[in-house]
Amino acid sequence: MERVFQSKIFAILVVLLAILVIWYGAAIKLNTPWQLGVYERAEITQWTKKQFIKDTLNQKRPVLPSAHQVFSEMYKTTFLKPINSKRSLVYHSWITLSATLLGFAIGTCFGILIAIGITHNRALDRSLMPWVIASQTIPILAIAPMIIVVLNAVGLSGLLPKALISTYLSFFPIVVGMVKGFRSPRNIQIDLMRTYYASPLQTFFKLRWPSALPYLFTSMKVAIAIALVGAIVGELPTGAVAGLGARLLSGSYYGQTVQIWSALFMAAALAAILIMIVSLVEKHVTKNMGAKS
Amino acid sequence: MNYGLSTNWGIIFAAFAFWLFAWFFNNWLVKQEGKKHNLKNFNLIAVPIIFGITLLVLWEGMVRGFNVPSVLLPPPSMIWERLISSTDILWLDFKQTFLKAVLIGYVLGCGSGFLVAIAIDRSPFLQRGLLPLGNFVSALPIVGVAPIMVMWFGFDWHSKAAVVIIMTFFPMLVNTVSGLAASNVLERDLMRTYASSYWQTLFKLRLPAASPFIFNALKINSTLALIGAIVAEFFGTPIYGMGFRISTEVGRMNVDMVWAEIAVAAVAGSLFYGVIALIEKKVTFWHPSIRGGRN
Repeated sequence: MERVFQSKIFAILVVLLAILVIWYGAAIKLNTPWQLGVYERAEITQWTKKQFIKDTLNQKRPVLPSAHQVFSEMYKTTFLKPINSKRSLVYHSWITLSATLLGFAIGTCFGILIAIGITHNRALDRSLMPWVIASQTIPILAIAPMIIVVLNAVGLSGLLPKALISTYLSFFPIVVGMVKGFRSPRNIQIDLMRTYYASPLQTFFKLRWPSALPYLFTSMKVAIAIALVGAIVGELPTGAVAGLGARLLSGSYYGQTVQIWSALFMAAALAAILIMIVSLVEKHVTKNMGAKS
Repeated sequence: MNYGLSTNWGIIFAAFAFWLFAWFFNNWLVKQEGKKHNLKNFNLIAVPIIFGITLLVLWEGMVRGFNVPSVLLPPPSMIWERLISSTDILWLDFKQTFLKAVLIGYVLGCGSGFLVAIAIDRSPFLQRGLLPLGNFVSALPIVGVAPIMVMWFGFDWHSKAAVVIIMTFFPMLVNTVSGLAASNVLERDLMRTYASSYWQTLFKLRLPAASPFIFNALKINSTLALIGAIVAEFFGTPIYGMGFRISTEVGRMNVDMVWAEIAVAAVAGSLFYGVIALIEKKVTFWHPSIRGGRN
């Protein structure tokens, strides 16, 4: 019994339970004024507490939807609707996911290439690195709409413009992590390669690349999470056609709070799954490379 | 605007020539470092600036050379003109978005994250429960709460500040908690031999040891805050603000105004980051990454 109380999972569950309780408390409190108004208009003067709480938690457009409303909406739109229907959350998630993955793939390759350049050329290091850092202080998410509109005007539409925003966001952690990773072999190891008369290419593939891999996976976990953010924001300006971002926007236009919250939770679940996949791949790869699990 | 369809190869050629020249000049500057030692500090600033100027020249040359319509991509000179001629509008937007929403949200978000971290520091149970959740939440697309906040707190800057608070809270919480664990057992034992109280240990040992982590969070948050405030403005604003201006001027095809606004945002973001990095340098002068040495 002692071990159960000491375990991490128990602690997490207790905190989650506390959040749930706070959530319901806040939902009742925030939705009360509206419910009172409803009763007044319907001229119901007598109500029991139980009835009142039940009504506040099941409004159609609540200020704060309750947990069961959000999850039942998620269940309905995920499993009960055909996948290609526009009301299906799976359909919207897939649109966002595809942009995320494409942008993440481009960003990772691009980031690794820049990192290779930076580690092998001092001039490139000096001139590029400050700008890579400065590029992230520009709120790209803010100019995402313009980039999308402009790219649309050039004739690029659909998946690629959104993916490019994800690319821009995700290449940064990859560059920073990989520069650190490529420089992580110690001098003594590089000297050893030199005594073997290894060419730069051999040094790269036999020493630098393997020792940079742990860094790659750490930064990929960060990168894929922000790639998802980029794809969601990239969907906002296109007029809310499809995707999780579009669900957020149309929900806010029509006051469909339940829809906003379920899109939000779907995005959270997506982020969690993507990070989990990356860590699974990481475990597999590092195990094959002989790391202790 | 020149609507001639012919490409002006002269300008393009000149831009590329400048690029090549700057490239070799930078290479030369870096190579000189081995010979003259005092050149390194100069290079740290000069080389990136030359690179930046090269980018601007290439941009200008490409746009003018290929006659790219300014609706798609205006040349830097045109953006600069616009920036100079409409400072009053830009200042109004800047005041609304940066001075109100971003700064207030940033201070409140980072402050509350810090305080909560110190509060849960004394309870290992809460640490075990909250830390994994905090880590998880800081990886989530939190900008998504923007529409909800706009619904709750109205169109003015309060809702934007609320988004900024939520976005900055979790990175600060997670980093402070792991920073507070950064001092090692030996150092804490030393404090105990001094018979110092919990608060003394906190202020004299653990907070200073945590400051690199805290500054890391402050730096991450400086960019997050600007993003959060501007994105939140897409969901509803009064008729000024940087996000509002960007989305409306795109609709009116005033792309030069949009770029001017972006330039303001970029400069504000970089300065914000730079100020925090400077403070970090002053406060955590003892840390190996500041003291210098090889990288």
